[in-house]
Amino acid sequence: MSETHAMPHRRPGLSPHQASRRRMSQGSRLPIATPARRNKPRLKLTRWIGLSVFGAWVLIAIFGPLFSPYPMGAFVSDEIYGGMSAAHWLGTDYMGRDMLSRILTGARYTVGLAVVAALLSSLVGAGFGMLTVLLPRWLEEGIRRIFDTLISIPSKMMALVMVSAFGTSIPLLIIAAVLSYAPGAFRISHSLATNLATLEYVQVARTRGEGRFYIAAVEIMPNMIQSVLTDMGMRFVFIVLLLSGMSFLGLGVQPPAADLGSLVRENIGGLSQGALAVIAPALAIGTLTIGANLLIDSLSNSRGSQKE
Amino acid sequence: MLGESLSVRDLRICATPPGGEERVIVNDIHFELAPGEVLALIGESGSGKTTIALAMLGYARSGCRIAGGSVRLGETDILSLNPVQTRALRGHRVSYIAQSAAAAFNPSRTLMDQVIEGALIHGVMSRQEARQKAVSLFHDLALPEPEHIGERYPHQVSGGQLQRVMAAMALITDPALVVLDEPTTALDVTTQIEVLRAFKQVMRERGTTAIYVSHDLAVVAQMADQVLVLQNGETQEHNTTASILEQPAHDYTRSLLAAARPQDHLSPVEGRHGAELLDIDDLQVGYGARDTHGRPENVVLEHINLHLVRGQALGVIGESGSGKSTLARAVAGLVAPSHGAVQFDRRELSTTLRGRTPEQFRRIQMVFQSADNALNPAHSVQRLLNRPLETYFNLDRRARRARVEELMDLVKLPRNLLERKPGELSGGQKQRINLARALAAKPDLILCDEVTSALDTVVGAAILELLVELRRELGVAYLFISHDISTVRSLCDDVMVLYQGQCVESGPCRQVLNTPQHEYTRRLIGSVPELRQGWLESRPQRRETAVPVA
Repeated sequence: MSETHAMPHRRPGLSPHQASRRRMSQGSRLPIATPARRNKPRLKLTRWIGLSVFGAWVLIAIFGPLFSPYPMGAFVSDEIYGGMSAAHWLGTDYMGRDMLSRILTGARYTVGLAVVAALLSSLVGAGFGMLTVLLPRWLEEGIRRIFDTLISIPSKMMALVMVSAFGTSIPLLIIAAVLSYAPGAFRISHSLATNLATLEYVQVARTRGEGRFYIAAVEIMPNMIQSVLTDMGMRFVFIVLLLSGMSFLGLGVQPPAADLGSLVRENIGGLSQGALAVIAPALAIGTLTIGANLLIDSLSNSRGSQKE
Repeated sequence: MLGESLSVRDLRICATPPGGEERVIVNDIHFELAPGEVLALIGESGSGKTTIALAMLGYARSGCRIAGGSVRLGETDILSLNPVQTRALRGHRVSYIAQSAAAAFNPSRTLMDQVIEGALIHGVMSRQEARQKAVSLFHDLALPEPEHIGERYPHQVSGGQLQRVMAAMALITDPALVVLDEPTTALDVTTQIEVLRAFKQVMRERGTTAIYVSHDLAVVAQMADQVLVLQNGETQEHNTTASILEQPAHDYTRSLLAAARPQDHLSPVEGRHGAELLDIDDLQVGYGARDTHGRPENVVLEHINLHLVRGQALGVIGESGSGKSTLARAVAGLVAPSHGAVQFDRRELSTTLRGRTPEQFRRIQMVFQSADNALNPAHSVQRLLNRPLETYFNLDRRARRARVEELMDLVKLPRNLLERKPGELSGGQKQRINLARALAAKPDLILCDEVTSALDTVVGAAILELLVELRRELGVAYLFISHDISTVRSLCDDVMVLYQGQCVESGPCRQVLNTPQHEYTRRLIGSVPELRQGWLESRPQRRETAVPVA
């Protein structure tokens, strides 16, 4: 019933002739497959690509060090910026270390740090976003202002200032990433929760005398969790780029340990020779973020089409 | 005469639900219209009436496809046109008037721009001619200030006026066929009568052929020459309006007619002898900053006095914006009144939720209009009904389970629905769950806010019967808010008429509705369409002025 009934309300959202103009641009619908059907195969494909690329990186982060042929810090070759060979599949770096081992180990830092930081950002942001809706007005305003202030500071600047003040360490990098990205998560979940809180089932719960935490956790959260998860995926990508950028500047994960960003930086000298040592970690960052993006896109798209 | 004949044969439309198999939603539709005739498509939601109406424009909604048949307008076979020809047809020879005018207008452009846009796109006339034509249409549609209303923006005119402006938009190109999709459903009865009158007049003058989609038989009786009764996408009965009203041949048509006829008083209980339950004294509710006397900037309700005893049903009627929902929300504690007192069972009720006791929460339950929004889509029926039991009563698991099943029996729903989520239920089932949740608390007072308005006539009548039965069995009191006089008449003992935030008349239902004293009450009752042809013409014309409150 809702299927047939929801549409006439939505369609005339434009004035009739505008709407008809839009229909025209897609031609008459009579013999043509509907857009939902047309998109389906492509949607599935992007989801599978995204899932397998991102999944591979997660597996590498967990099990990679077990499979690395050499210890990460060992000098195993006399050749620097060596090319592909049977002994060194991805060549060697500027000090003659095995590049494959360094990427397999370095991925753990990049993926691990970003996952922890993204989880924390969403937890902090979405948690406050939901609760503030139910708090007294002045408190809600206060919390919103604090997050607005944080959002106005560029993330890289904040991370740089924090590192120069306290020195770099892994907990500090996580804190910097959370401070940079939690406010965005807060803004999104807050606006979602504001809409949900005016719905009648929340009012029913209020007239039943339910507490704030119950309303936030049981009435509001289940209806926004998917958007929050999508948002978290996006934050993950941003955080990967932030951490890689920090490492590239030499302020991220410190030697001898290295994440993907510091691998690019260390081997930047090989760029003029087109060394594999600089290309491989750059490609690694690229595939990780693109894979995550494809996955998020396909997830949020499929949710949209379900709603239709 | 501008209208052309319309002939529809063997029309069949298929739909594909997401991830599902294609199925036929409209099958085997036939009808013939002479130029200038009006056909009404009538049926409950999901019966395919809008789908058929849109097929007249050669259009099928996303996920649907016109699978067979023919639609001939004059000499044109609409379904065999190519996209360019269809484009030339729509908004020119065939036009469409949607249900919600508010959603159909672009809020950032003037009405005139939007009304003449269709004529300009199709190159029918110059901008200057189109403007003149629009002004004459505004005049014919009895819009105020026809010369200047086009300069306004959509939010600057009322809902009924906007609906008439949309009619002007549809008629500007002198179409041969107009499709009207529930054009007055979203309007108050007092506005509806003016809009219907204006529609009928312009359509008669121009001899336009029209398809009128509606679920309201009384409205259809005023507008249509022929009626096509639909159920599940199939024709149940097709005849002239007079025959349908006088000699309905099909059972389904009879059930529609029965649901549309004003019912007699269903409630047998004259329960005005119990103890006092709710007592409202000089209530004032408003929004915005308060002045030195504590009077808010926008007063929604004022000078409301109300007494309710146990087991009594009080109907509150009024049009949208009269403050009737605000009254229920003030009693529920969702809005704090700026003045006045609410006593429940002889004890002062706190104006805010925080000051109320769990017992007060339990004894006052609210049932909202739209069950879609009132039931959390993430929770199963079982969970929805369980929660009030957990909150209010100290029961073990098994007792709760038994009580949930008892509630399902009470609202006459099968127990196998317990595991479903609200999205998997029909509109009527959702409203029953909504009621069951309120009943779970064993309340003394249920605030019903337009509980039958979003439902089809037949389903709504069943809910109303259920309410009457529950009252007889459980002795619960209702504060029943509605804009529909016939539902109030069949359920309530007493009635209170609200107009612009004030009570203009109150008293026993029969007395107020049969011998109304206030002019507004008379107008409200006189505007409810009656199930006979010629009713619209028999109503006196009214100037668009507000009735004085006092």
